[in-house]
Amino acid sequence: MDFVSAAISIVFHGLAFAMVLYIISVGLSVTMGLMGFANLAHGVFAMAGGYLTTTLMNNHGVPFGFALLAAAITVALISIVLERLLYSRLYGAGELEQVLFTIGLIFMSVAVVRYIWGPLPQRMVLPEMLRGQLDLGFRAFPTYRTFLIAVSLALILALWLGIERTNFGAQVRAAVDNRRMAESLGINTGRLFTLTFALGSGLAALGGGLGADLLAINPAYAFEYLVYFLMVVAVGGLGSIRGPFVAAVLLGVSDTAFKYLVPEIGAFVIYIAVIGLLLWRPAGLFGRA
Amino acid sequence: MFHRLSPDDPPVEQMVQSHKLRPLELLPWLAIVGAYFAFPEYLSLGSQILLTVVFALSLDLILGYAGIITLGHSAFFGVGAYTAGIYALHISGEPLSGLVVAALAAGLVGLASGLVILRTHGLTLLMLTLAFLFLIHEIANKAGFITGGADGLQGIAMQEIFGQFRFDMFGRTAYVYSAVVLFIVWLFARLLVHSPFGRSLTGIRENVTRMHAIGTPVRRRLVIIYTISAMIAGIAGALLTHTTQFVGLNVLSFERSGEIVIMLILGGIGRLYGAFVGAAVFMIAQDELAKADPVFWYFWIGLLLVLIVMFARGGILGLVDQARRWLRRRV
Amino acid sequence: MTPALETIGLKKNFGALPVANDINFKLAPGARHALIGPNGAGKTTFINLITGRLSPNAGTIKLAGEDITRLSQAARVKRGLGRTFQINMLYKGLSVLENVLMAVSEREGRGGDMFRVAGSHRDIVEEAYALLERLRLADVAMSLVKELPYGKQRLVEIAIALGLHPSVLLLDEPAAGVPSTESSIILDVVESLPGDIAMLIIEHDMDLVFRLARKITVLVQGAVLVEGTPAEIAADPRVREVYLGERQHG
Repeated sequence: MDFVSAAISIVFHGLAFAMVLYIISVGLSVTMGLMGFANLAHGVFAMAGGYLTTTLMNNHGVPFGFALLAAAITVALISIVLERLLYSRLYGAGELEQVLFTIGLIFMSVAVVRYIWGPLPQRMVLPEMLRGQLDLGFRAFPTYRTFLIAVSLALILALWLGIERTNFGAQVRAAVDNRRMAESLGINTGRLFTLTFALGSGLAALGGGLGADLLAINPAYAFEYLVYFLMVVAVGGLGSIRGPFVAAVLLGVSDTAFKYLVPEIGAFVIYIAVIGLLLWRPAGLFGRA
Repeated sequence: MFHRLSPDDPPVEQMVQSHKLRPLELLPWLAIVGAYFAFPEYLSLGSQILLTVVFALSLDLILGYAGIITLGHSAFFGVGAYTAGIYALHISGEPLSGLVVAALAAGLVGLASGLVILRTHGLTLLMLTLAFLFLIHEIANKAGFITGGADGLQGIAMQEIFGQFRFDMFGRTAYVYSAVVLFIVWLFARLLVHSPFGRSLTGIRENVTRMHAIGTPVRRRLVIIYTISAMIAGIAGALLTHTTQFVGLNVLSFERSGEIVIMLILGGIGRLYGAFVGAAVFMIAQDELAKADPVFWYFWIGLLLVLIVMFARGGILGLVDQARRWLRRRV
Repeated sequence: MTPALETIGLKKNFGALPVANDINFKLAPGARHALIGPNGAGKTTFINLITGRLSPNAGTIKLAGEDITRLSQAARVKRGLGRTFQINMLYKGLSVLENVLMAVSEREGRGGDMFRVAGSHRDIVEEAYALLERLRLADVAMSLVKELPYGKQRLVEIAIALGLHPSVLLLDEPAAGVPSTESSIILDVVESLPGDIAMLIIEHDMDLVFRLARKITVLVQGAVLVEGTPAEIAADPRVREVYLGERQHG
């Protein structure tokens, strides 16, 4: 395969990976920026979305699109319960407590998921029309990945417009910027947190389901991919919406590139790059110090 | 806290005497010596517990005392374990020199990473400890020609300690060896923690802004304790290699990093003895319960962690403290 | 006579907003100098620039004639600069004695000592305790700071700063947040501080200012409006306008 062709492949697959990473991680970025809460268990929502989607499709014959939506909404609702009952008690707590608490949640979810679905990865059976290759004229691409990139971009656009144009979005941005000021302006931050948390978790679930092809749905999901989500958020900048997008693209494309070009050192280079980047910009590329 | 005298003594005396050994502090040592005679069939588990206590002590120094939150501490444990293994396979099976070399290697890696990541704090720092752990894991994974890659280092043969004590198959030598190393580490850690340096670490943890405002070279202190902690973690790793005569990639796992944090929290951080209590309780429970149902072991550990955070932040020793205070009020 | 502390052309911007606007300031040795101004004038920013928590965009800071503009916070403290914070910066989980001991220990250069037990440094423990006695905190020496009433905590804040033997002491609203029943002790303590320490106090309470200060600087929007004795400041129409104006809008 010649250089240009390889490059296009890498960028394409890297982008698909990046989109999934972003959709899952954007909720984490906002949660951390908004509530100052280090929710390491964020991956659990993505995992739950993946499991629900595949179960609905495989066991109940629900069509792909509906399964995704149903999974996302279910996870969002569950996250509201979790937020009200557990997370909200720890908002003022120290970072260690938050880390421990969320690690505990990961452990519990691993066990529960293993018990219900067993240790093997879930099968993701793509709908007929999304399988195979898509001929885009100059070359053919895997249909599903193309679909993934397209849908993700649409979702992201909707998200960004929502944040910029709606009242809700304005409130989130204000509260991330300065919580006390937002409160004194009469914004109900408690409810804002809950809604934002639900939105972020729902998105993560959506990302988990959409990305089941790339990030295999298995019990260790929340542990395995934690580093990726954290990297995207840390490099992007906590609380930022755009930042993690750039970070996800950088990470997704470079990860794919290195794994393809120099598989012996593969992930190694990514870690060094992230370490270097964070040392240069500890608050992330778009974060506030 | 463990080192309080009677509240009736004059304050200056209380401070000046606070480092003196309390009788209660000998309890773990009674247990360790006693276990050697009382549980001869469990000495293998015993040495594993002892070396885990060493590992937990190293973590307490940075997490409990200095307040550095890390999920990547097994990086140094792993470096120590692999160094000890490589040393034994290619240079000499002599254990004590292996310990020293492993400690130095781990310390060097600790110094390098500390200099780099301790410029940051909070989530970024946590992130970097993870990235660093995965980095070392990748290196060990890919550098199969030294580390054995996914298969690990096999066929490690240890020589006698002092040319006399062979590593026997009942685990007696391993147990005593681990206990003695633990004893030395414990003495050192105890001295460190009661020194002005140790106190300043507590100050950094409690209020770093204040520390800057009283003229403390904060980063220098943190890098020093991080390096020391890495060395001790490396010693623990070397003990693992020496006592099990095998090193695999699991010494560099995220699970191990997470577990050691859990053990320390379970026992109680920032008080040195939490390491003893937490490691012992966790590993004994794991030995009993995980055999029966490994899946639910994970669940209960997770639940335990959540409950500790919500209701018993000081861990077991914290609860013991509360009980003692309650009793004192009754009496 | 060399000023104990001096800033020359000190400038700091937060984005486009100048929070320190070409500040020229001198603190005489042994001074009792107050810094006043409306909210948002940049008083705490000024202190943060002097102590090194913030770096200036331009200008020089001198401590007893030595340029400290590039020095770290810790280095400035070692050269005799001490401060208290507007909101208590204490080791809440430690005892009062341990709090002050931390400062004394660092000052004596023993903070990095790893191998001799802290308790064997009897001399610094006694010095810390003596300081507590002077500030009437001896009875709570072993109490945890978080258990103390706010007024006493504020005293501990001052005690820590004193433990550093500063030549220049910056007090950021020492009586802030303290109920009036407890604030008189704080005033007494501040008044009775050694005469060789040069003191700069930020305060809003005018009674306190006029009682303590021999010289007052008024800071408005990051720049010095006027400087003078208490009597001069009280009579200055510009000052009254700034404060009256604030009362009208605030």
